[in-house]
Amino acid sequence: MTHTQAFSLGLRSVMPMLLGVAPFGVIYGVVALQSGIPALAAMAMSSIVFAGSAQFLLAQLVGAGAPLLLTAGAVGLVNLRHALYSASVAPVLAHLPRRWKILLAYLLTDEAYAAAIPHLMAVEANSPHAAQAHWILFGSGFGLWAGWQLATLAGVLLGAQLPSNLGLEFALPLTFIAIVVPMIVDRARLVAALAAGAVAVILAAMPYKVGLFIAATAGLVAGVATPRKVK
Amino acid sequence: MNLWWLMLVCGVITFAIRYSFIAAEGHYQPPTWFRRLLPFVPIAALTALTVPELLLVHGEIVLGGSNSRLWAGLVAIIVAALWRNTLLTIGCGFLALFLLQRS
Repeated sequence: MTHTQAFSLGLRSVMPMLLGVAPFGVIYGVVALQSGIPALAAMAMSSIVFAGSAQFLLAQLVGAGAPLLLTAGAVGLVNLRHALYSASVAPVLAHLPRRWKILLAYLLTDEAYAAAIPHLMAVEANSPHAAQAHWILFGSGFGLWAGWQLATLAGVLLGAQLPSNLGLEFALPLTFIAIVVPMIVDRARLVAALAAGAVAVILAAMPYKVGLFIAATAGLVAGVATPRKVK
Repeated sequence: MNLWWLMLVCGVITFAIRYSFIAAEGHYQPPTWFRRLLPFVPIAALTALTVPELLLVHGEIVLGGSNSRLWAGLVAIIVAALWRNTLLTIGCGFLALFLLQRS
């Protein structure tokens, strides 16, 4: 696998999710302007923060005039689950120079991680492919970044003129299903999924999406705690 | 001006969270139990993101026929389990959602 092939594999894998991300980007642009954020700042936020749900929250808190410390803390909580992605991809990126690690960390969103991780897991350590594996993550990360910038630009410029109730957002859960279901190959992984899903529903009302982080952690623990079947 | 500082702070926090373990890799020796958690990260995190989208309607669990996302999601889960094909799963999920919302 050349680096071009790896990059395009990542790019292709993230494409279905752009369908779901685009309406979010457009709505973010609209919400940001309604919160009194200037168009230029609303666009810049998509590059500086580059985190969908955190940007929504940020726009709302700015609109409500919340204090800086509270806003920054809330954004940190919303993005806490990304630390799990960081731990998950860290071994694959260990051999890279720092500039690559910084670039890929900046691009590490839910969608980029989801698109790349099945391919990263399929790459065997020390195989010839392992040296190019980071290009897969770069492909999915760059694809999502570019799509997010275009969608927020469309939201800022065209705003409410664009239809936002087409149901395209459903592409995200559908793609996550397409990625996760084939990964459930044993009992421990099934238990991890059931635990994470159940806790996420129970804690859905927690502020700043803290429930998501707790649910994911509960899934990890449940998976490891599940005894392997004795043959 | 205050807004730009706020965006910068939030950008740095977001980046720091995403960079944390990537930066630390090789500089610390994580305990064995921590390494054993990692293979479950994609399943646990992505399922936590997905299940509330299917089960909850305005924050309430809705299991009936009116929750078309739930049933379209179940169709997608079955298609994904049988054929392991991303585009087929998304296509069937959207088709199911479309048909359920019309009926």
